[in-house]
Amino acid sequence: MTARETHERSHEIPPKASIKLGPTLDEEVFGEAFNGQVVGRFMKYIAAYKVLLWVAITAVIVFTISSIAIPLIVKNVYDDALKEGATDKSKLTTMVIIFLVAVGFNFVANYFQELIVGRVAERILIDMRRAMYEHIQRISLSFMDKTEIGKLMSRLQGDVAALQEFLQTAVFAVGDFVLLIGIIGAMLWLDWRLGLMTLAVLPVLFIIQIIWLPYARQSFLRARVTSSIVSGALAENINGIRAVQGLSREYVNYDLFDIRATDNLKAANNASKFGVMMLPIVDTLTGAAMAIVVIMGGFFVLGGTVEVGVMVAFVLFVQRFFDPIRALTMHYNVLQRAMASGERIFEVIDVPVDIKDKPNAIHPKEIDGSISFENVTFGYVENQPILKDINFEVKPGETVALVGPTGSGKTSTTALVHRFYDVWEGTVKVGGYDVRDLTNDSLGEHVSMVLQEPFLFSGTILENIIYAKEGATREDVVAAAQAVGAHEFIMKLPDGYETELEQRGGNLSLGQRQLLSFARAIVADSKILVLDEATASIDSYTEMLIQQALERLMEGRTGMVIAHRLATIRGADRIIVLQDGGIVEQGNHDELMANSGLYSRLYSMNYASFDDIPDELIAQATNAAQGRAT
Amino acid sequence: MLTSCGFIHGGIVTATSQVTPAGKAAGTSSRPVVGASSAGVFMRITRMALQYRWRLFFGLITIFLASGFQLAIPILIGSSVDAALGLENGDLRIANSAVVASIASVTDIVGEGSNPAKTALIIIAVLLFIASVGRGLSAMFQNYMGESIGQGIGYELRMLYYEKLQRLSFSYHAGVHTGDLITRGIVDVEGVRMFVQTALLRSVFLVVLIGTGMYLMLSEDLVLGLISLSFVPFIAWQSTAAQLKLRSNWYALQERLSALTKVMDENLGGIRVVRSFASQDHEMKKFDVASNETLALANVQVGIRASNISVMGLAFMLSMAGVLWVGGLKVIDNEISAGELTQFLAFMSILLQPIRQIGMTINGFARGSATGGRLFQVLDISPDIQDKPDAKDLEITNGTLEFHNVSFGYEEDIILNGVSFKVEPGHTVGIVGPPGSGKSTIAHLVPRFYDPKEGYITIDGQDLRDVTLDSLRKAVGVVEQDTFLFTASIEHNVAYGDPWAPDDRIETASQHAQLGDYIDRLPGGYNTLVGERGVSLSGGQRQRLSIARSIMLKPQLIIFDDSTAAIDAATEQRIRAALTELTKDRATIIISHRLSSLMHADEILFIEEGKIVERGSHEQLLTQGGHYNDLYELQIRPNEQSGNNMDEGSAS
Repeated sequence: MTARETHERSHEIPPKASIKLGPTLDEEVFGEAFNGQVVGRFMKYIAAYKVLLWVAITAVIVFTISSIAIPLIVKNVYDDALKEGATDKSKLTTMVIIFLVAVGFNFVANYFQELIVGRVAERILIDMRRAMYEHIQRISLSFMDKTEIGKLMSRLQGDVAALQEFLQTAVFAVGDFVLLIGIIGAMLWLDWRLGLMTLAVLPVLFIIQIIWLPYARQSFLRARVTSSIVSGALAENINGIRAVQGLSREYVNYDLFDIRATDNLKAANNASKFGVMMLPIVDTLTGAAMAIVVIMGGFFVLGGTVEVGVMVAFVLFVQRFFDPIRALTMHYNVLQRAMASGERIFEVIDVPVDIKDKPNAIHPKEIDGSISFENVTFGYVENQPILKDINFEVKPGETVALVGPTGSGKTSTTALVHRFYDVWEGTVKVGGYDVRDLTNDSLGEHVSMVLQEPFLFSGTILENIIYAKEGATREDVVAAAQAVGAHEFIMKLPDGYETELEQRGGNLSLGQRQLLSFARAIVADSKILVLDEATASIDSYTEMLIQQALERLMEGRTGMVIAHRLATIRGADRIIVLQDGGIVEQGNHDELMANSGLYSRLYSMNYASFDDIPDELIAQATNAAQGRAT
Repeated sequence: MLTSCGFIHGGIVTATSQVTPAGKAAGTSSRPVVGASSAGVFMRITRMALQYRWRLFFGLITIFLASGFQLAIPILIGSSVDAALGLENGDLRIANSAVVASIASVTDIVGEGSNPAKTALIIIAVLLFIASVGRGLSAMFQNYMGESIGQGIGYELRMLYYEKLQRLSFSYHAGVHTGDLITRGIVDVEGVRMFVQTALLRSVFLVVLIGTGMYLMLSEDLVLGLISLSFVPFIAWQSTAAQLKLRSNWYALQERLSALTKVMDENLGGIRVVRSFASQDHEMKKFDVASNETLALANVQVGIRASNISVMGLAFMLSMAGVLWVGGLKVIDNEISAGELTQFLAFMSILLQPIRQIGMTINGFARGSATGGRLFQVLDISPDIQDKPDAKDLEITNGTLEFHNVSFGYEEDIILNGVSFKVEPGHTVGIVGPPGSGKSTIAHLVPRFYDPKEGYITIDGQDLRDVTLDSLRKAVGVVEQDTFLFTASIEHNVAYGDPWAPDDRIETASQHAQLGDYIDRLPGGYNTLVGERGVSLSGGQRQRLSIARSIMLKPQLIIFDDSTAAIDAATEQRIRAALTELTKDRATIIISHRLSSLMHADEILFIEEGKIVERGSHEQLLTQGGHYNDLYELQIRPNEQSGNNMDEGSAS
């Protein structure tokens, strides 16, 4: 039973269906094989292992020399010990002992070259990845905002691996090169005439290899790309299986997948052809070289100008001297990949860290919990400010709700409190200190943020609530969970606080994840809490729990909340209404309602959240509010 | 990526074909699973390979040719040495009598006048050249046949696997980790392919070549033959042990690598959490721990490889030293010629590579058995929901859905318990209840994502289990709570259920789902790429897309499974208004947490612990003053109240 029999492709391909668009060929860079800058910077990472690498290179050279010596010793066995009419067996024994010594060197050098090069390469891989990862931890969020996680991950994995491969290759390439030179030298030294004649086939291989390589590489690349497309298409279908079955897309998808899989099959077979094509070429050239050795070498031996051992040594060398040439041209590919990967890695490492601690930044033990924005102007794109000359103050212990339509600058305001970004103009103060004068760590300690989408790490619930708080105990965690009303559901889980969370907390509901992120903020116990309320509606039971938890969370803290729920907004001490990067009005709910400004107009539209109000209605409300004001 | 690395290096540089472990990282961890018996697995794979009759046949022929040419080379080399030496002394003592005979006869034909030694050398050289070309060509065909059969089987398995996954029911998919299924489809298919490509044909080749080589050497000179072959068992054993060790260590390494991937992925995904807790140090510690664990295993890997390669080299050269010494003594004692000695040395170097491959081949068998076993495990599952043999297409007369005393659950866990209700065309049934009460299960039973354990469900009197799945699912549209976006244009995503739909139907559906304006504002409009590699949509936008996807199909029955949770109430109102035309002669079920979504329904079912505890219209339920009324109080009152409501009553 074959796939084709069970499910013949009989349908025509529909016009509006596609399947998993994978990377294209253009995304795989065919770059230069040597980039001085990349190599130069790469050397810095290698520098730490300089001594080891010298040992490795020595081992490579010893290995190569002993490899060349072995056929030469065999030659001497023939020409000295086994000379026609020789009877002295001690000569043979001496030769065999010399042979054994060479073998010993060869063995030890071989072991160490493999071991050291391999281990250093692994080590450098880790170092580079760590350097990049550590840098990513520090670069500004504006870079992270516009960079896909998948892309960064592929740099942290694929590109680093390509550089590792490069290092291994580079060391062995040295070996191959030495071996090639050594073999050529030995052959010429043994008999230059025979040597030159035999070596005549080398350029032929070299030329064929140069012609073959670009086509072969193209075919290998096609095979790789089509294969990753097939894998991606499979993965997508598995992840979206509910939609696939629910919408009866099985037949169409099967046909589309068949197209991809067939592409891959063809590309793979094509790549195989290019791969195996070199086998007869190399064997033909080897055969030619051996024929030359047999005829010319044989004639020389017959003529008495060359001893038979030379001929034997030549035959042994001929078997080997194509390897380094082929390896060297194959390395070219690795070099190209490594240069492109190196560029991508250093691109990340070179992203400037624009938000870093001042040399004399301070870390106060206690702060008073006030926040103030003084003439703050800020944006992400030059000349397009999101916040325009904002001024407001939050007193210690006060809860302020930020409201306003999408794009009014609420999220930016909260991000500035934690100094995720630096302001263009003006000052943001926390506890009376300019945030730029505080250390990043002290902001982390005094300002907690609860994000709209609760993010949980894999690990246990306990670990997630403690997160990075040093010295937090289990009691603290339980107390925090009780305070936010998460204790009950945690205890109902199979392992209680020790329950392992699935990826992103997949085994919990959205509401439960939110409660855990609240508990995490309580354990962190900061003076200031910045919270972005979730917009998605959850079932009303959990909703209620969350409202109560919010209340608990705010107790004794300064709160700045991007509020979406009317209940939260009304519960705030003060409401700041933002629009187009400016503050339009502020006050508590009753004051603002009495004011009959934008807030009251938006409120009376009965939307669940201000974010959802269509633009045209906001424009109406704004006009009305302004009309009233003037 | 996995596929390619294998054959890029495949026939070319075997020594460098060890893919760097990190290159394979991508979160694939798979342990060898003891599945079906190895013999059974090999039989099945071999049966698949037998379909490629001609390629297999041709592959086998080239195996014998390649072995023949390969083994002729050492004999010719030996003869050439004797020709150069022996004829010099006027004494024809060329190694190997067959070659002697043939060369002698040819020399006779060439006739006197020419130097017989030179003629012999020329003939040997020509034969050497022919043998080399023959070896190269037959090796080429042999490798290509192996690879193309492997690719063909890989393709077939991939298609079978894909097809099977599409047919396996929800209960299967719910119980399996998606990552695991993906790994099987990628890594295990690759494993079987590599088995076919590197182990199946090659094992025959190795047996033929090494067997014949050993026979030739031993029959030539028993003692010298034994010494030259003394490295064979050692290297065969050593490389096999190393390959198996490398493989089990590789699995461990993969597991550590996927743990590291998880750490990095979560860090990047949760970068705002990391930043807001200023927990960079904490995160670096996590990274270092995971990273060092991979390093330790990677170093083990390097160590095994280094000792394996060097020890194999040592064993070979020690045998060579033995041959040189014993053979040399024999040459001195005139027992054998120098050419014969050379012939042994040449045999050894010809056999070295194939003997090293024994380990790889045995590893190929081990891997093929493990991966094939895992793959066949999935392929052999019979989907628990499939068309009956005599299933007919669903015939819609008016589109009435009815649940008859339906129960559902797993073992002791009862999810639905005796649920009966009826939805007539043009009517709407609302379903509400606490989380986990079984609401979504009702939605999943209608398109037969699951089958009821007891009771039955009918549409226009036809039991769902008696009709074809395809006709049923075309008639039933379920708008799911979680929307999966495919990496494709918005147009293709909306048209997912009917990729032949004309533009205007796609646009109308998008407009009804209140997504049209948003799409029009996108620079690429309907051609904008969404999903993994495209524009990301908000939760509400995704749900609206999902609604558009379903209503575009104009299904006879529509079920909204909490599919407006992320959409605000006002937009939801507008969607509902836009759908009145569509739903006026269709049965509709709305499942929601939000009462405003279903207050207007003709009948509302309140479900608790799998049972319908209250039913009736909104007004009826309010006057009953039960659970529904409580919920109404809870949801609607806060909005009508002014002032602080945070200390409102308990939620439980």
